[in-house]
Amino acid sequence: MRRTIVGISSPRELEEALRAAYYLADEGLSTAAYLALALGKPLLLEGAPGVGKTEAAKAIAGVLGRTLRRLQCYEGIDSAAALYEWNFPRQILALRQQDNASGHVDIYRDEFLIERPMLACLRRPEETVLLIDEIDRSDHEFEAFLLEFLSDYQISIPERGTIRANAPPVVILTSNRTRELHEALRRRCVYHWIEYPAPEREMRIIMMRASGVGERAARAVVAAVGRLRREPLAKHPGIAEAVEWAQAATLLNQQGARWPEAFRRSLGVVLKDEDDLVHVGPRIDAILAEAQI
Amino acid sequence: MTDIARPLAHFVAFTAILRRASFAVAPEQTMAWLAAIDLLGPEDMGDIRRAARATLAPPPDRFAEFEALFDAHFLGAVDAARESVPSDEAPLRAAEDSGFGPEPDVDEEARESGAKATRAERLSTRRFAPAAEDATLRRFTRALPASAPRRRGYRWREAHNGHGTDVRRMLRDAMRNVGEFVRLRHRRRRLRPRRIVLLIDISGSMKELTQTHLAFAHALARAADAVEVFTFGTRLTRITRALRLRDRARALSAASLIVADWDGGTRIGEALAAFLAIPRFAALARGAALVVLSDGLERGDPAAMTEAIARISRIAWRTVWLTPLATGSGFRPRTAGLSAARPYLDELGDGRTLDSICTCVLHLAKARAA
Repeated sequence: MRRTIVGISSPRELEEALRAAYYLADEGLSTAAYLALALGKPLLLEGAPGVGKTEAAKAIAGVLGRTLRRLQCYEGIDSAAALYEWNFPRQILALRQQDNASGHVDIYRDEFLIERPMLACLRRPEETVLLIDEIDRSDHEFEAFLLEFLSDYQISIPERGTIRANAPPVVILTSNRTRELHEALRRRCVYHWIEYPAPEREMRIIMMRASGVGERAARAVVAAVGRLRREPLAKHPGIAEAVEWAQAATLLNQQGARWPEAFRRSLGVVLKDEDDLVHVGPRIDAILAEAQI
Repeated sequence: MTDIARPLAHFVAFTAILRRASFAVAPEQTMAWLAAIDLLGPEDMGDIRRAARATLAPPPDRFAEFEALFDAHFLGAVDAARESVPSDEAPLRAAEDSGFGPEPDVDEEARESGAKATRAERLSTRRFAPAAEDATLRRFTRALPASAPRRRGYRWREAHNGHGTDVRRMLRDAMRNVGEFVRLRHRRRRLRPRRIVLLIDISGSMKELTQTHLAFAHALARAADAVEVFTFGTRLTRITRALRLRDRARALSAASLIVADWDGGTRIGEALAAFLAIPRFAALARGAALVVLSDGLERGDPAAMTEAIARISRIAWRTVWLTPLATGSGFRPRTAGLSAARPYLDELGDGRTLDSICTCVLHLAKARAA
């Protein structure tokens, strides 16, 4: 347990540091992230797609001044993608080049090892933040393997033996909750469910991320996007979409389009599904009218 | 308990309350929470609350309940913590086949009024008439091994051919052969059978089909490697073990002795919730193909049923509902329960005849079309 991490000794200080890294965290997230860092536990972030889970991990890595090693999960992910792989061409070359005079060549040395994110994080725990992204996409065998990794922070390579982290590394996991994670994995982590941000905060995020956007446009976008998120859509607009919409509409506006028109024409930036566009289409004017304050 | 531990006792007591409300809280989570409170300082109730949410990790769909329990315990919002949800009926019970004997637990039920007669458990033992669907089941049993759903295993195995070249093994061989590559090695991932979980509605409204369904369950359990079968009506019963008997008549009579709620009322939502509430059962659904044979006629609140199905669909690989009320391929459910649950189902299919059920199960492994 460490009270102070890179000069940060409370959730509020972490919140400020994250703001400096252009990430506006709410109290819940900054508390969870601070606790994860202080207790040396992995941080599990769950939430709908587009609420800024991956961004949060990037911002935390930025605050800590560490490199982010990202492992994108997918169905069928295996240890060659997650842990390490042997550099076979180099191994074969080394075998071929050895002659009887020089004798024995060890083809299992470091230089033949290609490290993947999890191994990189074990070898340099003080310099990396490991992001295991969208873990809900992987199979449950990988989840079980991850559980083992997260409890001991060690892996074994048959040809080399066990590699252990000399300090608990910072690990952040994200999940879109398309399926429920195993209870044992949740238990091991500090957990935070990221909600869509409150309107006021989302407005500040938009204005921070998209510099040219005026307050009026940002407010309108937040109201309209909030309304769209209550519609039964296939893909709800995330924060990134809201930022892009504000930017796109502002651009069109600068080129002479009037406000509601600029929003309507750039709708493709927010809704990227034909069914969603058809669903919202007839009512988009009403939604925009409601949003224009 | 020592004096130092006394202030902590109040916090630890909260985790006990959570467990009683069927939240899963592990000792290491309690310890993490206490460490967190120590870190943040115990002055601010907001900090303690946020630390509790972060370390005890209640599932998002139960946040409100969690907050209520927290308020009750620490702020005294309600004078007594809600240790049990008030209910006007007997809690749904889950049973499991320990052996093949009948379960002697018929006494403590029936607190309901006569107005809710259909919901009351009409406990009865049932006899089966000889089945007429032998031929269909035989065909099904023969076809299943080739088309049962499979999943890719995590580990690689040696193979005689295939697209994966096992360079690692070849290198190890080469080390033994003075650096010469003698032969090409292959590897592939082993396929493992995916578990099939069958949930059979045995309430009164499904009466005509129950026996067919059980015969089907028996055939399935015999033909596939990993099958789990549950029945539900007013309670949830696991009959997998009874169905393992080779002889169908004996297996079904063994099952009929375990199941105590034949042709009773329907509490689908609660039955599914009970299935999820028992971690051992819920774990069986993880990554499995889950098939529900039911008409979806829910007597109680359809919201409970919808919520349970939503949760199941997130755990299972595929969730299929076969209803005898289906009217054709473009069938749209009319009941509130099933139409609300429709978005969570991978397939809402035809469960009118044994043939159609067999066809659906044989197609489980086909493309996961939404």
